[in-house]
Amino acid sequence: MSDATTSAPGAASIPGDVSAAEPRARSRRRFRPNGSMIVMALYLLFLMLPIYWLLNMSLKTNAEILSGFSLWPRNLTLANYEKILTDPSWYMGYVNSIIYVTMNTVISISVALPAAYAFSRYSFMGDKHLFFWLLTNRMAPPAVFALPFFQLYSSVGLFDTHIAVALAHTLFNVPLAVWILEGFMRGVPREIDETAYIDGYSFPKFFVKIFMPLIASGIGVAAFFCFMFSWVELLLSRTLTSVDAKPIAATMTRTVSASGLDWGVLAAAGVLTILPGALVIWFVRNYIAKGFALGRV
Amino acid sequence: MNKTVNQKAWFLVLPVLILVGFSAVIPLMTVVNYSVQDTFGNNVFFWAGLDWFRDMLESERMWNALGRQLVFSSIILAIEVPLGIFVALNMPKKGFWASFCLVLMSLPLLIPWNVVGTIWQIFGRVDIGLLGYVLAKLGVNYNYTQNVIDAWATVIIMDVWHWTSLVALLAYAGLQSIPDAYYQAAKIDQASRWKVFRFIELPKMAGVLMIAILLRFMDSFMIYTEPFVVTGGGPGNATTFLSIDLVKMALGQFDLGPAAAFSLMYFLVILLISWVFYTVMTNLDKRDGV
Repeated sequence: MSDATTSAPGAASIPGDVSAAEPRARSRRRFRPNGSMIVMALYLLFLMLPIYWLLNMSLKTNAEILSGFSLWPRNLTLANYEKILTDPSWYMGYVNSIIYVTMNTVISISVALPAAYAFSRYSFMGDKHLFFWLLTNRMAPPAVFALPFFQLYSSVGLFDTHIAVALAHTLFNVPLAVWILEGFMRGVPREIDETAYIDGYSFPKFFVKIFMPLIASGIGVAAFFCFMFSWVELLLSRTLTSVDAKPIAATMTRTVSASGLDWGVLAAAGVLTILPGALVIWFVRNYIAKGFALGRV
Repeated sequence: MNKTVNQKAWFLVLPVLILVGFSAVIPLMTVVNYSVQDTFGNNVFFWAGLDWFRDMLESERMWNALGRQLVFSSIILAIEVPLGIFVALNMPKKGFWASFCLVLMSLPLLIPWNVVGTIWQIFGRVDIGLLGYVLAKLGVNYNYTQNVIDAWATVIIMDVWHWTSLVALLAYAGLQSIPDAYYQAAKIDQASRWKVFRFIELPKMAGVLMIAILLRFMDSFMIYTEPFVVTGGGPGNATTFLSIDLVKMALGQFDLGPAAAFSLMYFLVILLISWVFYTVMTNLDKRDGV
C-alpha cells in the first residue's frame, strides 16, 4: 500500500497546496504567484540587494559614487577592475590567497582521508575522545589562537610565508574534512571493503583504486569546504602575514583605513573575492547543508 | 553500525593527530603558559599563579563583553531560527526553482567575512549606500558609526543576512527527508497546516535544527571579522564582542597574561558547548544509523 501512495502524483508538494489542485491545473497556474513564491522572492531580494549594490559600485567611477545617488551605473566603467588586475600590490593578494588556500586544501584532505576511514570503519582505543577533540578544534575561536600562532610561526621562521597560513588553517579545516568525509564514508557498505580484501587487494591499493572513486563526491565536497573556510578567514591570515604572503582580505582592510575614499576599487575587489564561491556553487548546491553541518544531515 | 575493533587504525589517524597537535596543542600550551606568568618585558617571566584568572573574573571589561556577546547571540538566534524555518517551509520542493533558490541562498555563506563587512559598511552609509540613503530620505536619523542602536541594528541585520540561509538550508534538508506518505496520512486525517507543522515537520526537523542552532550559537559566539570591519567595535565599546575584545587585548595592548586567562575561560565555554553539540550529533547518528 505504501508503495502505491508514495508514487502518487503531486504528492511531493506541501499539503496546503495539494488540497484542490489537479496536476494539470497546477502546471497551468505555475506562474501565478502564491504565498510561498512571494516569501521566497522577498527573501532572495533581501539577500541579493547588498550584493547588487557592491556590484553596482564596482562599475562606477569614484566621482560618480561620491557625486550623486543612482540605482545603476550611468557611466559604466571597468576601470576599477583594471586597476586591480594590473597593480601587483592588488592582484598579488589574490595570488597569495589562492596559494595558501590550495596548499591548505591539499594538506587537509590528504591527512583527513585515512583518518576518516579509520573513524568510519574501526573502533579503537580513545576513538570517541579523539573525534570529540577534533570537533573542539573546529569550534575553537581563531581569536584565542591568533597570538600563539604569531609567536609559534615567528619562532620557527615561517612568519609571512604561505605555508604558515596553510598550516594555521588546518586547525579548523582538518577536523572539518574528517567529519565531512566520515559522514560520506559511513554511507558506503562495509561489504565492499571485505570483498576487496578477499580479492587480494592490499589496503593502499584498495583505498586508492576502489574506495576513493566511491566517495569522490564526498572528497569534492570536503575539498570545497576546506577551500571556502580558508578563503573566508581573515583574522589568522592577517596576523600571520605582512608583505610576501598578504592575502587579499588584508589588502582590502588596509585600503579602507588608509584612504577611505577609493570605494570603487574596494567594491571591485570585494566582487572578485565572491567569484570563486559563485563559480562552483552550482556543482555543490545539493551538499551545502551537509557540508556546513559537518557531514551530518 | 557495529565496527570491528582494530588498534592499528591508530596509524591512519596519526597524521591528523600530529598536524592538529602542532597547530592546536602547542599554541594552547603557550596560552596556558602566559596565563600563569607575569612579565616586566625583556622576556623575563615569573610565576603569577591564578592572579590573572582572578583579575579577569573581577574585571568589568570582560563581563561587559560577555554580556554583549550573550545578548547578541540570543538576538540573532531568536531571529534566524524562526526565519530560517519559515523560509525552508516556503522553498520549492524540486526542479529548477529549488536549485535556483539553493544557489542564491548559499551565496552569502560563501562570501569572505571581511567582504560581508565591507558590503554592509557600504550599504549602510548615508551618502553612498542604498540602505542608509533610503533611511535618510525617509527621515530616519540613521548613522551606524555614531549611534549605538543603529550600530547594533546594522550588525544584527548583517548577521541575519549572512547566516539565516544556513538555518534554512539545514531545515530544508530535514524537510526533504520526510516521506510523502506522512503528508497523505495527515491529509486523510484532515489535519490543519499548523498541526502538520507541529506534529510532522517539526519533530522530523528537530535533530537537524538542533545542529543548526548549535552551529549558529558557536559561530556567533566567536564572531570577529564582520562587526570589526563595519563598526570596529564601536561606537565606544558598544559592539565589542568577546573575540574583538580579546584581539584588542592580546595583539593591540600586548597584555599577555590577562589575555591568556581570558582565552582559556573563553575556550572552556566553547568546550562545554562543543560537548553538547557532540552529544546531539552522536545521538542523531545512532537514530539514523540503525
